[in-house]
Amino acid sequence: MSSNREFLYRRLHSLLGVIPIGAFLIVHLTVNWFAVRGREEYNAAAAFMEALPFRYAMEIGLIFLPIIFHAVYGLYIAFQARNNTSQFGYFRNWMFRFQRISGVIVLIFITWHVWETRLAAAFGAEVNFSMMEDIVANPAALIAYIIGITATTFHFANGLWSFAVTWGITVTPRSQQIATYVSIGVFAALTFVGIRSILAFVGV
Amino acid sequence: MSDQTIEMIIVRQEDPDSSSYEQKFSIPYRSNMNVISALMEIRRNPVDAEGNNTTPVAWDASCLEEVCGACSMVINGKPRQSCTALIDKLEQPIRLEPMNTFPVMRDLTVDRSRMFDSLKRVKAWVPIDGTHDLGPGPRMPEAKRQWAYELSKCMSCGVCLQACPNVNDKSDFIGPAALSQVRLFNAHPTGAMHKAERLETLMEGDGGIANCGNSQNCVEACPKEIPLTTSIAALNRATTLQSFKNFFGSDNTA
Ligand code: SF4
Ligand code: FES
Repeated sequence: MSSNREFLYRRLHSLLGVIPIGAFLIVHLTVNWFAVRGREEYNAAAAFMEALPFRYAMEIGLIFLPIIFHAVYGLYIAFQARNNTSQFGYFRNWMFRFQRISGVIVLIFITWHVWETRLAAAFGAEVNFSMMEDIVANPAALIAYIIGITATTFHFANGLWSFAVTWGITVTPRSQQIATYVSIGVFAALTFVGIRSILAFVGV
Repeated sequence: MSDQTIEMIIVRQEDPDSSSYEQKFSIPYRSNMNVISALMEIRRNPVDAEGNNTTPVAWDASCLEEVCGACSMVINGKPRQSCTALIDKLEQPIRLEPMNTFPVMRDLTVDRSRMFDSLKRVKAWVPIDGTHDLGPGPRMPEAKRQWAYELSKCMSCGVCLQACPNVNDKSDFIGPAALSQVRLFNAHPTGAMHKAERLETLMEGDGGIANCGNSQNCVEACPKEIPLTTSIAALNRATTLQSFKNFFGSDNTA
């Protein structure tokens, strides 16, 4: 057994969260925005994504495998902590805790989301505007989507902050502070894009 | 003045294997007391708040001036040194607990071997022993000496390990104190001769530097205001570079 296991796994976990998973999240949210422009535009974008070359290889290599590793190892990390925000109520300690809570929410959300869309598609359903329209016609599903999207954008934005520390990019307190502001900006922007797009499916 | 009392709640434990319990104490007030002198008062007259005889509370202390770290305990929820915890500045009842991240030996005494073993593992020293006089070491740039001096203030008290959510019974995380010492001794011109070795220790096996989850409680809790999170991030950079050197190869092996 390699003696560098944990260091390697942790660094891999950190890297995969940004590349490719974070990059995929941004692509996904961007494509979703077509829903704001209308039904036809969204369907055309979905069809374009479906028709991309090497689709299955990309889905497996850039999406499924990285997410599965990130999720499984992330759960292990999350349950290794003994949270102590009651004694140490500092901002970063809360972010540490929220990162773990949001990770678990995102895992549940993504499992459900993939089941309803990608697996449904594998069983013959067509991924288009009406599919999403039908799903979020149920108010509970809409709320679940809004929570799921927010948890995802939070987990990504805050993860970017710790990525910068983990790889030794932001070392000084000042650079870490500015990275916090940047991550808040990323969180706000992506949450807006995500929620605005999902609301398009209920006609808002 | 003389009938004024100090109310205390102490979390006690008979031995490492027994379970803990709370005991209340009410001791006579004197001005300028610290937690240690209050504990000495209990030792002088081991009677609880109800007037029952009890065993004296066990605690550790040595220097009584916040340089040895031995007297660290959790006081009103915060891990800190009891010798510099002044009674007049504490809200009553004063709650004393052992730093339970470490194995509790008895009452407020804990076994901090976990941290001392880590310091040995990372070779937190400058090796200068030889069979002949090695002469004076190289000089250190003043700018570097200034920040390295801050790191050298660590008294191995263990407060930062107590504050860390990732140092616990479920994880082997080495913790902030020993990590920061690696940065200190790698910065020393002679200590740097073992730089790669120290970094590799942090990258090997379980519980190394990668276990840090960036809660940053350590830097808030450290009584010596050591920039622990800066040290950790600097070591993250150093271990990143070291892992590239190890994998791709480099002549600068140290
Ligand atoms: S780094 Fe600070 S809190 Fe940690 S052991 Fe050293 S002096 Fe104590
Ligand atoms: S007795 Fe040494 S730090 Fe308190």
